[in-house]
Formats: sequence, C-alpha cells, structure tokens
Amino acid sequence: MAHGAGGKATRRLIDGLFAPLLLDGAQLADAAGIEVDGTRIAVTTDGFVVTPVTFPGGSIGELAVNGTLNDLAVSGAKAVALLATFVLEAGLPADVLEAEVRAMANAARAAGVPIVGGDTKVVEHGKTDRMYITTTGIGRMLPGVVIDPASVAVGDRILLSGPIGDHGITILLARGELDLEAQLRSDTRWVFPLVEALAGAAAPGLRWMRDPTRGGVATSLNELALDCGLSIHIAEERIPVRDEVRGACELLGLDPLHIANEGQFLAVVAAGHAEQALAAVRAVPGGEEAVLIGEVRAEPAAAVLVTTRYGGTRIVDMLVGDPLPRIC
Amino acid sequence: MRFVDEFRDPEIITRTCEEIRRLADPGRHYRIMEVCGGHTHAIYRFGLKDVLPPNIEFIHGPGCPVCVLPMGRIDDGLELGKQDGVIFAAFGDMMRVPGAHGSPLERKAAGMDVRIVYSPSDALKLARANPDKHVMFFAIGFETTAPSTALTLMRARAEGIRNFSVFCNHVTIIPALRAILDSPDMRLDAFVGPGHVSTVIGCRPYEWIARDEGRPIVVSGFEPLDLLQSVVMLLRQMQDGRTEVENQYARVVPWEGNRAALAAMAEVFELRPFFEWRGLGFISQSALRIRDAYADWDAERIFDVPGIRVTDPKAAQCGEVLKGVLKPVQCKLFGRECTPEHPIGALMVSSEGSCAAYYNYEHRKAAAASLAPV
Repeated sequence: MAHGAGGKATRRLIDGLFAPLLLDGAQLADAAGIEVDGTRIAVTTDGFVVTPVTFPGGSIGELAVNGTLNDLAVSGAKAVALLATFVLEAGLPADVLEAEVRAMANAARAAGVPIVGGDTKVVEHGKTDRMYITTTGIGRMLPGVVIDPASVAVGDRILLSGPIGDHGITILLARGELDLEAQLRSDTRWVFPLVEALAGAAAPGLRWMRDPTRGGVATSLNELALDCGLSIHIAEERIPVRDEVRGACELLGLDPLHIANEGQFLAVVAAGHAEQALAAVRAVPGGEEAVLIGEVRAEPAAAVLVTTRYGGTRIVDMLVGDPLPRIC
Repeated sequence: MRFVDEFRDPEIITRTCEEIRRLADPGRHYRIMEVCGGHTHAIYRFGLKDVLPPNIEFIHGPGCPVCVLPMGRIDDGLELGKQDGVIFAAFGDMMRVPGAHGSPLERKAAGMDVRIVYSPSDALKLARANPDKHVMFFAIGFETTAPSTALTLMRARAEGIRNFSVFCNHVTIIPALRAILDSPDMRLDAFVGPGHVSTVIGCRPYEWIARDEGRPIVVSGFEPLDLLQSVVMLLRQMQDGRTEVENQYARVVPWEGNRAALAAMAEVFELRPFFEWRGLGFISQSALRIRDAYADWDAERIFDVPGIRVTDPKAAQCGEVLKGVLKPVQCKLFGRECTPEHPIGALMVSSEGSCAAYYNYEHRKAAAASLAPV
C-alpha cells in the first residue's frame, strides 16, 4: 500500500521498475515533455482514488480535472485538452456519478479546457471503492519556461503559493473516524493562473515547479533535493499553516509538511528573480498568501533541512507510506 | 495557537538557553535521560540539540510503548486478529510495527480486517456497529492509555457487549526505570520524567529515584520551552547538590495524579508476575493483565494465544540503545539494514522511537557545513 502513498516507496517503485522497463530511463517530472514539429508539448496522466468521494471544498470529479491540469501547470504548460477514464463499481448510485460528472464539467469549463474523450469500465461490486477516475492532459509549454531540476543552483529561492495541509486534513476529518471537527475546506483549485503570472514575471529565473500533493511539501522538496543533489533549507515560521491544520497535526502527531495539498505549488526561482516572482503571484486572486520559504544551499547534500526561529534544525524526510496518527 | 505558541517563543527560548549555559559546568558532561518517547520526538522535532551546549546530552529512554513490545506479542495479536469474523483494531502507532510475517498495515493490504482507531471506545463503537463480528482491540501503552482501556472494558461489561475483547499489552513505567537504573552499564546523571504518564500516576512514584538512587528528576511538558526549562531545573538541582522530584508540567500534571483514572485501572487490571520487554528482557511486575471479573472480555482467555516467541536479530542492538548505552547511530544496523521503511528493531518504527527520530531528523545533518538561519 505504501507504494501508492506518494512517498519513498512510490519513488522506489518508479525508479526500480517502471522507469527502467517503460521509460527508457527518461527523467521523471509531473508531466512528460515531448516535441512535435518544433512545438513543445507536455503530457500527463493521473489516477484518482479518494475516500470519501465528496468532501468539504471538493470531490473526486473536480480533483480529477484540476489535479491533472495542475500537473501540466507546474510543468510549465497551458492545458489544451483532457481525456477521462472511469472505473465504476456496479451499483454506484446514478446521482453520485452524475454529480461527479457535473463537477468535472464545471472544473473543465472554469479552466477553459475541453474534455475531448474517454473510456468507461464497470467492475463487480466490491472490486473497487465506488469510483476511480483517470484523467490524461495535454498542454503546450509556456514560452521561455524550462523546468529542470539540474538547473537549480545554490542561492536560488523557494516559493510556496499558500497555506499547506488543508486538503489532507480535510480528507482525514471527512472520513469521520476522528470525532474532530474544524471549519476547513480542501484547497483544491486550478493553479495555472498563478503559475502563468509567475512565469510571465520571472521565466528566465524559473528553474523548477511541483504541486505538493500526496506526501506534502516535504516529499516534493526531497524529490527536488535528490534530483539536484543540493540542500533545501526552509524556515519553519515562514511556512503558512492554518490554525485548524496546525491544531489537528499537533493533536494527531502529524507534520503539516507531510500533509497533502491540491491547490498549491512550490517553485524554485533564481535569487535575482525571487521578489518579482513573489509579487506577481501575490497579485493574482488566490495568490495573496504566497511566500518565499527558504533557499537552496550545498550542504547537507540531497536533503531538506528545516530551521526554527530559535536556531533549532531538523532534517525532514519523505513520507514513508500514509501519515498515521500517533496516540500512545 | 494557545498553549503552543507561548512555549515556542524564540526570545524566551534564547534566554532559557543562555541560562542553561550559565548553569552548566563546562568541565562536566551531563547525561540526562528523557524517559518518554514523546520527549524524544520533541527533542528532534524542535532541533533542541542545536541550541543546547554540547556537554548536555539527552539519552533516550524506554518510554515508547511500541518500541518495547516484543515481536512475538504482535504476532500473537495478528494470529488472533486473522480468525474468521474478527476485526483487529489498534492505534495508528501499531500499524507499521513489523511482526515476523508483516505489520498490521501489510496484513490489511493482504485482506485482513484491520481498523485504525483513535481510542479504545472507538473500538467498542465498532463492536456495537458490527454485531455479527468480534472486535479485538490490541491495547498498547503505559499508564497514559491504560485508563481509557479500563473505562472501555467497564462500559463493555455494563452494556453487556459480548463481541468485544482486549488483547492487553499495557505496561508500567516504574519497573522499566528500575531495570535501567539496575543495569551495570548505566551512566546517567538525571531524568526528564514523562509528562503524559505522570498526568495519571502523579509525581510520587518517582520519589525513590531521587531518594534512593540520588538522581534528580523533573516531570516535563512537550514543548521546546518545557524541555529547556526542565533542563534548567535539573542543572539547578545538581548545582545545589539536591536530588528531588520536581514538576515542571504542573499546568497538566497534578502531584497526586488522577485518582479517577487510577481507580479505573485498579478496577480492571492487575499486575502480571512478569512481562517481556523488547531490548530489556523479562521484568517482573511490569505489565498489566485483565482481572478475572473482566475475563469474558480478555482476548488472552477467550482465544488460544499461540505464545509466539521471536528472537530479535543478533546484530540489532535495540537493548543497548533503549538503555542509553549506545546511541542509535552506533548500532551496526542503523541506517543500513534498519531504516524507517524497513525497520528491524521497533525503535526504528515509531516516530517516538529514538532510532526513527534520529534517522528522520538528525541523520545526514552532521554533514551540514552551515546551519545559519535561512
């Protein structure tokens, strides 16, 4: 199960099996870049499995559209079209399905991206958990944007688009196992307008982007640290975390840095472009809470280091499996 | 956030660290054992080693319930849990702890009915909701969690819920501390006393440590300032030549403990003659079992427990690490065969285990040339 949780085991599965056999050793990012007759195209696909299917702030259908659009966005691509594949459990109520299809249509319309095709399979009752949706997206790379972890250099700054952990904690609470309540909504949204503003203001200094979904900010930054071989230093007090998320994390012994997000992204920007990039993102509605959270250094190599205001430091690793609450 | 932010205030932390530097004798090395796994986690989580002078060393104690549970007990629990019609319920803490044939989480992925619960009463709720199934709660923890197991068993008996049982692995902290202090290779100057356990048992049970063993002990909270203030209190005792039990965590811990919780424990549990602790071996009167009056809810009596014994790999030095003789990184397996993904010893499983905490937060940091603030 840990192999699907987005952390270390997922990475090992990809690096150890999928990449050598299927991908011919190609570099892995949120979307694959290909060139067609001189046009740079990005392609990505993502499977969506969520319990419960709807939660405060979103639902699986809306996630399936925005999740894939966001993978294209953080690859520096403007989406052109989407495909959708459904795996449905026999007996799924028609109104549940219809609600999710409507959610997909609304999200696609809001982004101005057509869903141009797809496939549907129905499997026996009990063989899936209600519904799985896979979406595939194709996009055109923004001019002048090159996302490459190898271009990340010491001194570059780390930009975060807003508060973290809203989605993961919302889902945890929506499962209803906790008897905890909070006024919290998933942060799920389409991040392209923010990315477009950032690229417009700082494209020559933009090195890398990622949306910190499963495994959270810690996992995305660890992937970056491994890919570029450098050290990512972030300042704990600069990382925006809502009180509800902090409170739930404190109670459950979780680290907000490991909690999933669906509407945020991380970017590495050259120091000389960092302030412009931040100002551009903040100027977009929904980007007001963007912050610079740290910088790239040389040591400790291939690791993420969190510093506190009083001078304490800690290494933050990728998540292993799903975050589990600590009780005893 | 109230009750959190004021205990992480950078200015007060800096001032407290200055006081620690003033109080600590530079010619002396202080070995302070934090008993509780929650403290171990906090020390790494907040990077406290970076703000303390190098001659103050934290030695990580045995207060991580997951870490001290022998693998055989996990296998016993999983054997009972895999029977037809049984739901195996446990805290999230247990889910990744490896048995000889996989962890509860791996068994769940393989089809066993494993549920994560957040309290024993949630397990009882499961039993009410699944009258055709039997819910077995795999109980772990020190005196912190034992009262809630006791209250749940009292509720089950009062309501006559018969499809519920507890596989009891509750342990008590004092005998473990005695075993550590009796150990010939023990070299400790003072103790940071457990916070949550003490909310139940109070401060009196530690008096023998100060009186007979001549070691100062301060019961502490879990925020950075709590731990640093506890170090100040310990250093003051040592400077004054005092050995006392002091309570830094008085905002939560009453000196006499929680009488209602202790009464519930006494109603439901009695001491086992002996119990095996991982790394420490058999310790007499160190664990709880369910009294006869609650035998109908005792999984060890309802079912045939296989009594599996699993010897830890010889190369693993969990016992030495648990007793504070070795640092995690000094174990031959640390970071090589034994990692949080593939834990061999339980200290690597729980994030409160000293090996996992060290691995997650400290390992590799040594290489950092500059730790200046970002």
